[in-house]
Amino acid sequence: MSEHTYVPESKFGKWFNDRLPLLTLSKHLQDYPTPKNLNYWWTFGGILTFCLVTQIITGLVLAMHYVAHADLAFDSIEHIMRDVNYGWLLRYIHANGASMFFLAVYIHIFRSLFYGSYKSPREIIWILGMLIYILMMATAFMGYVLPWGQMSFWGATVITNLFSAIPFVGESITTWLWGGYSVDNPTLTRFFSLHYLFPFIILGLVVLHIWALHVPGNNNPVGIDIKKPSKDTVPFHPYITIKDLFALLIFIIVFSAFVFFSPNTLGHPDNYIQANPLVTPKHIVPEWYLLPFYAILRSVPDKLGGVILLFASIFILLALPWLDKSKVRSAIFRPIYKQFFWILVIDVLVLGYMGAMPAEGLYLLIARIGTAYYFLHFLVILPVLSSYEKTEPLPASISEPVLKG
Amino acid sequence: MDKPDKKTNRRDFLFTASYTVGAVGLGATIWPFIAQMNPDRSVKALATTEVDISQIEPGKSITVLWRGKPVFIKRRTQSEISEAESVSLNELIHPEKDQDRVKKSEWLVMLGVCTHLGCVPLADKGEYNGWFCPCHGSHYDTSGRIRKGPAPTNMEIPKYEFVDSNTIKIG
Repeated sequence: MSEHTYVPESKFGKWFNDRLPLLTLSKHLQDYPTPKNLNYWWTFGGILTFCLVTQIITGLVLAMHYVAHADLAFDSIEHIMRDVNYGWLLRYIHANGASMFFLAVYIHIFRSLFYGSYKSPREIIWILGMLIYILMMATAFMGYVLPWGQMSFWGATVITNLFSAIPFVGESITTWLWGGYSVDNPTLTRFFSLHYLFPFIILGLVVLHIWALHVPGNNNPVGIDIKKPSKDTVPFHPYITIKDLFALLIFIIVFSAFVFFSPNTLGHPDNYIQANPLVTPKHIVPEWYLLPFYAILRSVPDKLGGVILLFASIFILLALPWLDKSKVRSAIFRPIYKQFFWILVIDVLVLGYMGAMPAEGLYLLIARIGTAYYFLHFLVILPVLSSYEKTEPLPASISEPVLKG
Repeated sequence: MDKPDKKTNRRDFLFTASYTVGAVGLGATIWPFIAQMNPDRSVKALATTEVDISQIEPGKSITVLWRGKPVFIKRRTQSEISEAESVSLNELIHPEKDQDRVKKSEWLVMLGVCTHLGCVPLADKGEYNGWFCPCHGSHYDTSGRIRKGPAPTNMEIPKYEFVDSNTIKIG
């Protein structure tokens, strides 16, 4: 933040910048000193920004053709797919874009877990990120309801019924959420309204997330504090912009592969059947990105208990900076944490798979072990490790290990 | 910060009174924005449904929509009735006598909504010959009582009455 003294060259620029310092901001964003050892796991912030903008733009145009009414919504989606010019493309980008958004956010989150990016002084960045993640899940869920297919309807029924587990007021809350005695037209119209609103709240939180990031600056793979600017940093532009762009191109190739060659792979065929309140589909599962939480919900044989564990598994992440007290950020210098990190990754993937399988027999048993381990990792392993783990010595600077050799 | 012997003066009273009026006003203003999400009058108006049950054979059931929710109307066979009546109450998760769940023991009228997370259970399935919820594996018996699985309570019995021997009015 050393460029407060920046003075634009042109006379008009100076006049404008004295009144609204947008040029100072732009200069700050270009010169922003960035650790020079950032690897490709650090490119997902840019990729996520791209995802958010893509969802907002495609969503905006889809809303020009979509009709939010229980009798018309399903047909209006087919109208988009068959009649609207490039409607199929816009819808497939939007639907697969949600999956890509979550793919990127999961990589981004696990990057933070591996390199300890949530630790002091970056707790607020982490919390803002988690709030964004929670809002993303809410937005994706409500968006999935809008086509008013079978999965939309029953997904909405199951998720809103989670609130009925709350003692005493649960029933009133679900009735209030539905605007009726079941998921119906009032539910659809309010979900559409909120699905339109939430991305802009997310956008606001993203601005705060980046703002909070620019106060301490980026964490980096070795996780040490660095002097800024110094030999350990490079200016954001052009070094990071070009690296982010390259990663984004690779990401867009994967994205396009889904959109153009396999647009329905991540969806469910049942959602091409119009919502029917009399018949529940045989096998009802949420979208892939919610499966680990679904497995946690189903692993508890008690309704309220399952719901509490589901919400706890998400909200526990907000407390992470205080559960892991180890002063060393990067897992590179934490030999034991590094192994537990990978076990957690496997645990979450296993939970995801169990969430997709029927809740019975061996699947249920594995889901229960996975759930227990998930909480064990955050509530026991991390706090214990912070005091007992013998960490490896940290380098004095990013350049030191390279230049010494 | 206040000195312990500081007396409440007129200004303190004015502050407290203003905050109170402000808080009440704010609450009153927010309320319509919350209440608009509750069921509206047109939804509440659809409160009753009449159903003709003369065509239902023993052992068969029909499903009708009431307030957007499915209602199962099942004409139970003698063996299903005796199965439901013979269960002792301490075997049940949510103890209810079969007699208390029906008006005529041949006719079981209940909300076809799983009390776990609201799916529609499948008829003549599960370990207790009643209903089975495919979503999260709750088993119900021939009286619609929860026997196994995550659902906390028996399937709900709506308010209904026999208008005549062939017609049921739900709601």
